[in-house]
Amino acid sequence: MILVWMIIILLVAGILSWLISKESPMAAMWIALCAVLADLAIVLNIWLQYGKEIATNKWMIEFQSQWIPSFGISFHVAIDGLSLVLLLLTFFLGTLAVLCSWKEISNRAGFYYFNLLWTLAGISGVFVALDLFLFYFFWEVMLVPMYLLILIWGDKNRRYAAYKFFIFTQAGGLLMLLSILALYFTHGAQSGRYSYDYFSLINTHLEPAAAKWIMVGFMIAFVIKLPMVPFHSWLPDAHSEAPTAGSLILAGLLLKTGAYGIIRFVLPFFPQAAADVANWAMLLGVIGIIYGAMMAFAQTDIKRLIAYTSVSHMGFVLTGIFAFREIAMQGVVMQIVTHGISTGALFVLAGMIKERLHTRDILQMGGLWTSMPAMGGVAMLFTMASLGLPALGNFVAEFLILLGTFQANVWITVLASTGLVFSALYSLRMMQKVFLGPATNDNKLSDITAREFIILAVLSVAIILLGLYPQTVMDLVKF
Amino acid sequence: MQCECFLLNTKRQKTPFDTHDSQLTTHNSQLTTHNSQLMTHEQLMALLPFMVLATASIVIILLIAFRQGHTIIQITGFLMMCLVIFTMWYVRDVLPQTIVPLLIVDGYGALFTGLIVFCVLVVGLFSYIYFEEREENPREYYILIFLSTLGAAILTISRHFISFFIGLELLSVSLYALIAYLRTRNNAIEAGVKYLLLAALTSAFLLFGMAMIYMDTGSMDFSVIAQKLDASSPLFLAGFSLMMIAVGFKLALVPFHLWAADVYQGAPPPVASFIATVSKIGVFAVLLRFAQELHLQDNHSVMTIISAIAILSMITGNILALRQQNIKRLLAYSSISHFGYLLVAFLPGNNRGVEAAVFYLIAYAVTILIAFGVMILLSAKDKDAEPLSVYRGLFWEKPFVAVVLAVALLSLAGIPLTAGFIGKFYVLTAGVSQQAWLPVIVLVVTSVIGLYYYLRIISTLFSDVAVVIQKEKSLHPFFYAASYAALVVLVLMLLGFGVMPAVIIPTIKQFLLIGNG
Repeated sequence: MILVWMIIILLVAGILSWLISKESPMAAMWIALCAVLADLAIVLNIWLQYGKEIATNKWMIEFQSQWIPSFGISFHVAIDGLSLVLLLLTFFLGTLAVLCSWKEISNRAGFYYFNLLWTLAGISGVFVALDLFLFYFFWEVMLVPMYLLILIWGDKNRRYAAYKFFIFTQAGGLLMLLSILALYFTHGAQSGRYSYDYFSLINTHLEPAAAKWIMVGFMIAFVIKLPMVPFHSWLPDAHSEAPTAGSLILAGLLLKTGAYGIIRFVLPFFPQAAADVANWAMLLGVIGIIYGAMMAFAQTDIKRLIAYTSVSHMGFVLTGIFAFREIAMQGVVMQIVTHGISTGALFVLAGMIKERLHTRDILQMGGLWTSMPAMGGVAMLFTMASLGLPALGNFVAEFLILLGTFQANVWITVLASTGLVFSALYSLRMMQKVFLGPATNDNKLSDITAREFIILAVLSVAIILLGLYPQTVMDLVKF
Repeated sequence: MQCECFLLNTKRQKTPFDTHDSQLTTHNSQLTTHNSQLMTHEQLMALLPFMVLATASIVIILLIAFRQGHTIIQITGFLMMCLVIFTMWYVRDVLPQTIVPLLIVDGYGALFTGLIVFCVLVVGLFSYIYFEEREENPREYYILIFLSTLGAAILTISRHFISFFIGLELLSVSLYALIAYLRTRNNAIEAGVKYLLLAALTSAFLLFGMAMIYMDTGSMDFSVIAQKLDASSPLFLAGFSLMMIAVGFKLALVPFHLWAADVYQGAPPPVASFIATVSKIGVFAVLLRFAQELHLQDNHSVMTIISAIAILSMITGNILALRQQNIKRLLAYSSISHFGYLLVAFLPGNNRGVEAAVFYLIAYAVTILIAFGVMILLSAKDKDAEPLSVYRGLFWEKPFVAVVLAVALLSLAGIPLTAGFIGKFYVLTAGVSQQAWLPVIVLVVTSVIGLYYYLRIISTLFSDVAVVIQKEKSLHPFFYAASYAALVVLVLMLLGFGVMPAVIIPTIKQFLLIGNG
């Protein structure tokens, strides 16, 4: 039941925030912040309470109730280690997103927090849903508030970016719906019980051909979100035009829903079909790594650059998942968490720079370290994280993935490792162009404020901790 | 030649349908003195709602004769429609009743008639604020609307070609005048004449088709046709195709859809919403009944025709709407595609398909009523709120109206949390259960295409440039408040059915079982 409360708190707080913003915009912000902190506390509590038993009891909390009985749809939510890790990430980044928006959003703040909280509600619902219809429901609920966030509070090209984001994701979602229905009917025809429940459908016996097609439906939805080349083209536009908190949630959380979907649904439901496409998937993952890196290297828009680094990093995730090795899978989970933190931080920094300079063009930036040394230092930390410096989280993740993939396919691993070199290229170029070099800007720029300091400090501590003690995360996620 | 007057049944045909209600009639004949020659008490009771509906027009005529004003007429009309719903509830125990050979009042008919009357209630309510300040005296408008509604209601309970035709003509002829009602406006007469010509032409096709089927099977009664039907006979197929021309015209299916955009644009918004909901619901109801009786879903050639029409409608409707800047025309084209989706639910022909179709119709009707209601509220005195530029930045000026419209558009697009999603999901379920892969895939692809123009309107609603809406003096605060209240109720229904469809689905199932179970 606590999981339902978790989602309800966000939904109700969103509505309250919207309604109360007329009288007091400050109240709207505080309500949003309290809601997300409350949920973070709930998830931390769940971790502390059930974390030790994770080895024996896979599903820590479960809740099920009837919703549309005539279809066999129930409201079934449950949390296991993977969901717990992702929920922690959700509410951690959610808090930071609310804090980021404090000063940035002055126009219609109540409606903004409504959309933000409802997006978080949709995301957390996706991570706990165990009924396929409910999963699809939350998948779509994530979409509309995010679309509005980009559309109303985004940058110059926001309408185009918002359309692309919505249409790409919806197309994938509808194909996934067809697959869900096909699975539902196949299972019903076999067992006589028509149900959308995860635990019922997982036992469906599928012919290889049928399994392949149904898997394709699911995979398309998830790889559009992941994103996998060539379905990635919505990502640079959406990330660069969204407001800072929007980019943070997009990069940190929305992309992870794709990875979560593959791990939770595709692999258990279609083990044989997934194994059949494994090599192709790994190849596409590697193409994503290299293509994303090359595109990132060529960008002049700082947010677009960071967006392409996301494409590159999520290529590692795809490759790692389809290596089918335990160690690679642990690397995947680490990559999910650390990429969320490091790329999220980079987007926050980009947002701060944009606030001060009113431009995203890195050709107009340069030598910012002189006026903003603290920001420069933090940026250096996260750039190093992004390129995989040991002692920071991303290194552990990428190393484990490569270790696992090496056992599966040597040449793929070789190509993927070159990705590490490319990531150094684009990261250092970004650092050079933005913070180092001659100052192109004479304005007096303020360094990070106290609020921004809190955000960045928390993120920095997180990435360093994950780099030095990754076992805490890996313990939670036993495959 | 048998006289098929329904009051003087000199010779009752034995139809399989009769075995069910022959028990009722033998029971009735013990109660009545005549030997089931005239209508029984139960049959009259079953027809009571329709009689009340017919008297509604007469009452309005009398009110006009006694020089009553618009307000009195509006309120009387509203109350009469409520009375119709009340009488339907009141007579629910005597259902199903067959009034041989023309009519059958069963749960199915009750459901569709209920939906029609609900739509007319809302349309009538919105009509007040729209017509009050326009140039035409709106009083005859109500007569025509109620007559049209009666026609649609007859269609839902018809089981005979004659009642099919009577209902259809009653529906259409009133619409000719309604569409051109504001005759001094641009496009009004053009729209009216277009509809008149096409409706008359397609009625002729309908009659020809009916004549061919009559020639083939020797009867006009649906159940007798079902008995005598030889599914592969070319005469039947030709007759059915000709009938489909008329049905396709009324439902605005491809390739009979060319009138839709012009008529929606030229007609006043309440009339356009009436055409989009009531007239289509009535015709779809009779099509569904005809198909169910004749087991058309097992007939391969017929289903091929209907699949082809469905696929073409889905594709054409969505593609034509992509570039539209006029919201009325956009809604017309989107209606074309929605009825394409609905036909996909119609294809399986089993119970699940019928439930899916009914639910989809309900969701669609509520959504269209909301969309046109918003348009009516925003329409200025001399011009309708047609071009998209009227809606630019509406969210910042009138957030409630904009949110309501946005929810309606999301429902049309099929986004979860709205009834439109559940409807689409239901239709997809019906389609996938029959493995009708081509229509289902076309449905999915065209839904994504359709998303684009719905999003375009939504992004216009939220865009920055705030339009200056003249604050019109609200002369009729009560009716404006009532219209807003109606919008609230409709939106709550839309969201309620979207989140908790379990509330209404058992009710639908129950209705469909009355008389068929």
